[in-house]
Amino acid sequence: MGILEVTNVNKRFGGLQALGDVNLDIPAGTVHAIIGPNGAGKSTLLNVLVGKLIPDTGTVMFDGKPVLGRKPYEINQMGISRVFQTPEIFSDLTVFENMLIPCFAKRDGSFRMHALESMAREKDIIGKAEHMLSDVNMIDKRNMVASSLSRGDKRRLEMAMCLVQEPKLLLLDEPTAGMARADTNNTIELLKEIHASREITMVIIEHDMHVVFSLAKRITVLAQGTPLVEDTPENIKGHPKVKEAYLGEAA
Amino acid sequence: MLGLSKKDTFFFLFVVFLTMATPIILQPFPEGSALAQFNAGYPDLMQRFAIYGIFAIGFNILFGLTGYLSFGHAAFLGVGSYSVVWMYKLLNYNVVPGLVLAIITSGLFALLIGYISLRRSGIYFSILTLAFAQMSFNLAYSVLTPLTNGETGLQVYNDDPQILLGANHPLGPHFFGIVMQDSAKINVGGWQWTFNNGYYFCAIIAVIAFYLSLRIFRSPFGTMLRAIKTNQTRMNYTGLNPRPYTLAAFVISGMYAGLAGGLLAAMDPLAGAERMQWTASGEVVLMTILGGAGTLMGPVLGAGFIKYFENIFSKINDGILHHWFSALPDGVEEFLVFIFHPFIGKGWSLTLGLLFMLVVIFLPGGLIEGGRRLGNLFTGKSRKPTTPAKDPEHHPKPAPHVA
Ligand SMILES: Nc1ncnc2c1ncn2[C@@H]1O[C@H](COP(=O)(O)OP(=O)(O)O)[C@@H](O)[C@H]1O
Ligand SMILES: [Mg+2]
Repeated sequence: MGILEVTNVNKRFGGLQALGDVNLDIPAGTVHAIIGPNGAGKSTLLNVLVGKLIPDTGTVMFDGKPVLGRKPYEINQMGISRVFQTPEIFSDLTVFENMLIPCFAKRDGSFRMHALESMAREKDIIGKAEHMLSDVNMIDKRNMVASSLSRGDKRRLEMAMCLVQEPKLLLLDEPTAGMARADTNNTIELLKEIHASREITMVIIEHDMHVVFSLAKRITVLAQGTPLVEDTPENIKGHPKVKEAYLGEAA
Repeated sequence: MLGLSKKDTFFFLFVVFLTMATPIILQPFPEGSALAQFNAGYPDLMQRFAIYGIFAIGFNILFGLTGYLSFGHAAFLGVGSYSVVWMYKLLNYNVVPGLVLAIITSGLFALLIGYISLRRSGIYFSILTLAFAQMSFNLAYSVLTPLTNGETGLQVYNDDPQILLGANHPLGPHFFGIVMQDSAKINVGGWQWTFNNGYYFCAIIAVIAFYLSLRIFRSPFGTMLRAIKTNQTRMNYTGLNPRPYTLAAFVISGMYAGLAGGLLAAMDPLAGAERMQWTASGEVVLMTILGGAGTLMGPVLGAGFIKYFENIFSKINDGILHHWFSALPDGVEEFLVFIFHPFIGKGWSLTLGLLFMLVVIFLPGGLIEGGRRLGNLFTGKSRKPTTPAKDPEHHPKPAPHVA
């Protein structure tokens, strides 16, 4: 039994079957990739996992507990963090302040009213945030306003914000979309490090085959909302169905 | 000191100094000089500076930090005033029970209005708060007349119970015997300074209110509020529920407004429904934006600026204009008076409107930004706005989020 179990999930948008009978069983501690052509339903599936969308049928179990019906902030509190296709960060805040928010959320839960406490006295939180920033090599950008970061750094910051909460499952929606090759390779290295140093399960949605084959242990190929095959990267590479799905799109 | 960083402590002590010295600072011109009409050191005006300063500081905690633009804060102002007058009627003229009640009732009222209005954001939130305030205003005039005394306004009558009123108690608002309207006048050279009890009472409360807002700005809670303003999606996916935070900010700012309304009645023992009108809600929005939303001092400056010019411009009449331009040839004099006439006296709101437009267009960060640009000009720093990272204050974008 895996840490994340998706059973018979269906989702229609009007006449469009965005997800059809999706079943997944992802063991704890692995890196699992979901690939598929544009419009295959990858982002929709992710939105179901984080509570943003309610599927028409099916169940999602995380760590033995049902996910569906909970709000996104409750699902995060269960231990699921999400990295977005375009980084979602607090762009008016400094890099350091961006890091403080998830630290407080992890320690205090979804709400705590410390209106008269001085930030300077939150030594543990500050230490944790600084430590994480060093881990992703961003400590020198501590006092920069997040909106002025490069795209690669924004992604890095968003990942650091997720990781500092020590999630059990990290969901990544096209983490390298729109990145230059160098940035992409940096991100791959970062993700490899993250996975090597923490017992974390990752589900990556990706378009870029290079990224997928460098990271994933297992790959699910999604086409028109339905999983075609699930296998190891080696087997997926030469799989006729995958070629068909991908080459069909590329042609 | 006081749980503040060194820099903030200096800043706070500076504000305390300015507040305490206001009766002197605002009388720069000697009595009897031509410029004496620009003095602002009168008890009545100074009290309004302090009270509307509190109102704006509180409003800024909601609007400046979270970006939720309430158009109904005057309702809390009114609730505060009514609470204080009721305590006069039932107990005696000591302002303390009334002010405590004002904070409690406005807080509860804000909890109710905020709980409902905060289900939406952006323009829908603003409209909901406006609707609630107009409802309160109309109710105060109609159904709630037994509580508000309708159009006449709530005031103390001889046959009111006033159960705690002793034989030698003052017959006007007082703080344990210190009568609000009493003043000490001191003449030094040609200058006259008025040290009024009411002003100092409001000023001390304003300083405390400012101190609390400074603490909130620097606290984890304050950072959360700014995060909500920037990105609610990330907030949700970080395991935080934005609603309780915004509601807490709403209630806090409602309590500030209630306190301000209470102080209005503590200076002048009357409460009328017009205090709840939408124009009063709009005024605090103007004050906050004019001074600089999201900055610590901006709203206070905005409040002072509006109350000062309201006082000056509404006092100037055609006679004074003729006097000013009397040195000029008759035709020119008539022409200038004709030009300025619409902007003075009752036309003061036209002047305010124009000033507001100028500030919003040329100084989107408000008067605070103007001050900073001037400072940079003198110190020769680059004209680019400094990044908030080096800046102790926070400058939000004017755009509120829309659902
Ligand atoms: N909120 C929505 N309403 C209607 N259709 C949607 C919505 N979200 C996605 N879709 C449709 O569902 C299909 C799958 O979309 P998506 O999951 O974003 O694909 P992918 O991320 O794999 O490119 C697409 O055809 C898309 O147009
Ligand atoms: Mg997508």
